[in-house]
Amino acid sequence: MIDGKLRAVAGIDLSLPRLDILHTSPTVSSARNLIGEFFEWFGDLGVFIWQVVRAAVTPPFEFRELFRQLDEIGSKSLPVVALAGGAIGVVLSLEARHSLTRFGAKSLLPAAIVFAVLDETGPIITGLVASGRLGAGIGAELASMKVTEQIDAIEASAVNPYRLLAAPRILACILMLPLLTLAADFCGLVMGWVAQTLVEPISFYRFINDGFKGATFNDLLPPTFKTAVFGLIIGLVACFQGMRTRGGAVGVGRAATSSVVLSSLFVILADVVLVKIIIAFFP
Amino acid sequence: MEREKAGEEGNAPVVAVEDVHKSFGEQKVLTGVSLQVSRGETLAVLGRSGSGKSVLLRLIIGLRKPDSGSVRIHGQDIAGLALDRLGEIRIRMGFLFQYGALYDSLTVEQNVAFPLQHHKKEMSRSERGGRVRELLAEVGMERDMEKMPSDISGGMQKRVGLARALALEPDILLLDEPTAGLDPISAAEICDLVLTLQEQHHMASIVVTHDLHSAKTIANRLILLHEGTIAIEGAFEELQHSDVEFVREFLRDS
Repeated sequence: MIDGKLRAVAGIDLSLPRLDILHTSPTVSSARNLIGEFFEWFGDLGVFIWQVVRAAVTPPFEFRELFRQLDEIGSKSLPVVALAGGAIGVVLSLEARHSLTRFGAKSLLPAAIVFAVLDETGPIITGLVASGRLGAGIGAELASMKVTEQIDAIEASAVNPYRLLAAPRILACILMLPLLTLAADFCGLVMGWVAQTLVEPISFYRFINDGFKGATFNDLLPPTFKTAVFGLIIGLVACFQGMRTRGGAVGVGRAATSSVVLSSLFVILADVVLVKIIIAFFP
Repeated sequence: MEREKAGEEGNAPVVAVEDVHKSFGEQKVLTGVSLQVSRGETLAVLGRSGSGKSVLLRLIIGLRKPDSGSVRIHGQDIAGLALDRLGEIRIRMGFLFQYGALYDSLTVEQNVAFPLQHHKKEMSRSERGGRVRELLAEVGMERDMEKMPSDISGGMQKRVGLARALALEPDILLLDEPTAGLDPISAAEICDLVLTLQEQHHMASIVVTHDLHSAKTIANRLILLHEGTIAIEGAFEELQHSDVEFVREFLRDS
């Protein structure tokens, strides 16, 4: 009572209305919605993963669809991945030549290109290019099927859509990404050599010999196989975003965009963790 | 197993919906709907747009789950069933979607062959081809087998959708707005087709429509949905003689 009078005299009002403002403030409520959506997204993703895993490990297996997706994802992504790999090889060659010449270490140029391409540039470029091509492709395809009720029709035909649509696409991404990475690595090395030999002629044999001097399988295999994780991320995110789409053409566009953005982001974040693991286990 | 048998014998209902409630957020769509359909019977579900007719059909085939209440198919409650177990029940159900929902990357022939490829693996390629031709002939689409869904009209897409729904010889047929968006002649053709198929296959059918004329032609029993519940149930004549204001209004405006 005394406390209340004191507050009144001092002109201080600490009563509840301020909390009401907090509760009804649009900023707070939109932040609350965002947090709710964030947890809902991960919850839904967890359920989706469970459905896919359960469908993938129990018969009947959709081998025909898997082979179709291996072709779709592998052979059709090859040109764009090879082109990106080749372009990165040229850029690395030009940049590394410039830097190494300044430090008087020009002879290390083949090794610099080989290590840069195999360890990081080849895998991450493949991951990002595949995120763009496959994320948009799978996301838009499944989203379009969802909004036109084709996925419901598959389910109504007593066929498990997780088994028919999601599992083969995710598995094909996991299997094809390492192979695409090898293609990107190869094109990067060849174009790196071309860029160097145009400035200062060197035989391909000598370039490769100098480049791989001191290289071990640890420099090739772990970085290549880490892209299987990139494939898992890309396939999972694209299938998930596609199959949970709502709302017509706008929904399809949103699913394609979010598939690309999220899979690219998760690929980069996963790379941070995977590089640390590779350095720790394959020094 | 005994329940399944019971469902198939006599006039025991093969579809039984009991006190089903369904909401989307704050919006209550169904608030206590119950219905039963037996073999050889065609039930038409009428109602205004947005009255929850299509939602009801999706609950029956398990594409959506009710908030409360039960949906029994051949005596088996389908709520909470895993997707593969639900699939075993869905094999005996055919569903015609409002816009056909044909797979746009497959031809008409491949669309109809799709359920057979997945569930009749013992069929040889030629047997499957023969069955697909037979089904397409039943719906008058045998000359358009090689066409893509985008190359045929809406009415033709519904015919192909119907052939696909019948591929596994279902004993329950669910039709979502079979005549919506069609010209009167195509709509009448679809109605005749459904009647013929119903006579031939003796299925339990549920037809969702807002087209009173189609409902009258196809169904031997009708229900009218209003504000999430069944406003009236009975034969067309019973609806005509109803004193319920909404029913009179619906019949007058249809």
